Amino acid sequence: MTSTFVGMPAFPEAARTALGDSQLRANLAHATSTIRAKRARVVGEVDDWEQLRLAGAAVKDDVLLHLDEHLVRLEEALTANGAVVHWARDAEEACAVVAEVARSHGVDEVVKVKSMATAEIELNEHLEALGIAAWETDLAELIVQLGEDLPSHILVPAIHRNRAEIRQIFTDRMAAAGRPAPDDLTDEPARLAEAARLHLREKFLRAKVGVSGANFAVADSGTLVVVESEGNGRMCLTLPEVLVSVVGIEKVLPTWSDLEVFLQLLPRSSTGERMNPYTSTWAGVQPGDGPQEVHVVLLDNGRTRALADEVGRQALRCIRCSACLNVCPVYERTGGHSYGSVYPGPIGAILNPLLRGVGTDEQTDSLPYASSLCGACYEVCPVRIDIPSVLVDLRAQVVDAPRGGIPKPEAVALQAAAAAFSSAARMSLAEKVSGFAGRLLGWQLGRRGRTSLRRIPGPGAGWTDARDAPLPAAESFRSWWKRTGGRDA
Amino acid sequence: MRDGVSARDDILRDVRRAVGEARRPVDVPRDYRRERVVEAATVDLFAERVADYRAEVVRCSLDEVEARIAAALPPHAQVVVPDGLPWAVPGAVPDDRLTPAHLDGLDGVVTGATVGIAETGTIVLSHGPGEGRRAITLVPDLHVCVVRADQVVAGVPDAIRLLDPTRPTTWISGPSATSDIELDRVEGVHGPRTLLVILAG
Ligand code: SF4
Repeated sequence: MTSTFVGMPAFPEAARTALGDSQLRANLAHATSTIRAKRARVVGEVDDWEQLRLAGAAVKDDVLLHLDEHLVRLEEALTANGAVVHWARDAEEACAVVAEVARSHGVDEVVKVKSMATAEIELNEHLEALGIAAWETDLAELIVQLGEDLPSHILVPAIHRNRAEIRQIFTDRMAAAGRPAPDDLTDEPARLAEAARLHLREKFLRAKVGVSGANFAVADSGTLVVVESEGNGRMCLTLPEVLVSVVGIEKVLPTWSDLEVFLQLLPRSSTGERMNPYTSTWAGVQPGDGPQEVHVVLLDNGRTRALADEVGRQALRCIRCSACLNVCPVYERTGGHSYGSVYPGPIGAILNPLLRGVGTDEQTDSLPYASSLCGACYEVCPVRIDIPSVLVDLRAQVVDAPRGGIPKPEAVALQAAAAAFSSAARMSLAEKVSGFAGRLLGWQLGRRGRTSLRRIPGPGAGWTDARDAPLPAAESFRSWWKRTGGRDA
Repeated sequence: MRDGVSARDDILRDVRRAVGEARRPVDVPRDYRRERVVEAATVDLFAERVADYRAEVVRCSLDEVEARIAAALPPHAQVVVPDGLPWAVPGAVPDDRLTPAHLDGLDGVVTGATVGIAETGTIVLSHGPGEGRRAITLVPDLHVCVVRADQVVAGVPDAIRLLDPTRPTTWISGPSATSDIELDRVEGVHGPRTLLVILAG
């Protein structure tokens, strides 16, 4: 049950495939418009919203420009609270820490609360290779995991699945992973949630090791914070004897009182609620309450690279609310999979190149073009990340990236495209972008051997072609990709 | 260790290099609402907003709390109670380090709270006397939570100021819920599916 994005096609081609899937597009359009309306309503009732945004951005800037000091304070406070602090330069080191903790307790399974950092380092796959099952416990992550699928949204990873598909996945796959789905399962959301509750409860009650991320890490008190809805986070943070939390180094907040800003900004921006159902905070080991062995892994994995980028470092303010995804016209039409990363949408278009570096692969280099620069993402961002400016700067970096001394032809073409995209802001963007991208990049991709999609699109061949020729959605994107590598005929 | 250098030293060095000359103090503008007075309307707002999450809210005087707790529990219910709970509870099972499996077999839990936040309809537990360790308010399917009116504050900053960051806290805004299936809010995934708040005083 592993899923990775390794070897995904670059954005334009993956987007073409996604656009051919009308179910995906219908699900996405419904979900993003619902969530946009909810967000707008609860943000509208806060009359100091702009002041909160300014404070949030400033707190994060202060953290980033003194990150070394805050990390050292965080380490001290965590250690004083009885936690064991580990540092990980990259995904491999972080996974190794978690694996070692699991192994030292002789377990062959861990329960996990949804975490972008652990998805980023592909922890589940790493553990699986060592014979340790990592059970996802967030409902959407469970849907993705059981469906051997890929997440497509930061907040609602199964946003591309409708209720009928979810019922089918539960009925077909739950039994192999533990308690089977009830025989009379319907596609009513309440019944589906109940099935997940029953399936996961036996795992929670027996789990010895829990794995989490953290939304925030307070340096002065050594307190970690997890914001969630379902209570699966509380289960993972409370019931196991051992807890390992993988935390990106940019998650630090200087003081406890800074939470007063972020616990207002995050829920309203993210689920469009005044407050999410559950938030847990804990400071290391609490005698007699919760895990008595607590580990924290501080993860770099490209963050210091992003920090060195003067324009781009603001992306590290991101609190992963996903508001920018929900307002993005490109995301709404192409879905999260097209970005080839656990970080999709506008934030993914800047964060992935910043974390990985431009000039390393075509997939990453194509991302800064996955935008119309319309600016909606900047307007909704609770920490005021100026995504359009970072995109423009990254496009310049892509064009300038050294490639063995000779600029690749794409570089020249992309430079021209960048100019065109910039002025295309309020036009029918999907067609424009794909038309350009298809012509310029022309990377080959066949889906299930349909040669019609393998040709390099000629001038004027835009996404409209793909839309008019929808591909059957009976097989998940993930399993198709695993089976074919995107190349079979 | 890799090449004899610790990951810690490497990361801190890379951070310092990355920030370089950009390091400077940043002023944080704190002109959002930080301290607000509590009025009668604040407590009303709390009741309204808790109910908005489809939690049940019962208002009563301090003298009536025990009767309201008894009325809230199903007949013959076995409910776990934390040490230091100031109210008598019928069918009380003291939390004598009950295992998760044992908690799963009980019908509910009755606790107090530390703070109620009016603007967001949130209850915060800090898991001391009268509130108990975290597991007892998580595993049973019914949570009856008593919040005194004098514990209600206006907004999130007011609550943060009252809480001790070294204690575990749980912020509860309505019963467990998910919106993962087509963005429909569904109550009741893993936490208590029924949250009943007794607002007293
Ligand atoms: S970039 Fe801003 S809007 Fe997008 S996920 Fe991050 S914090 Fe939210």
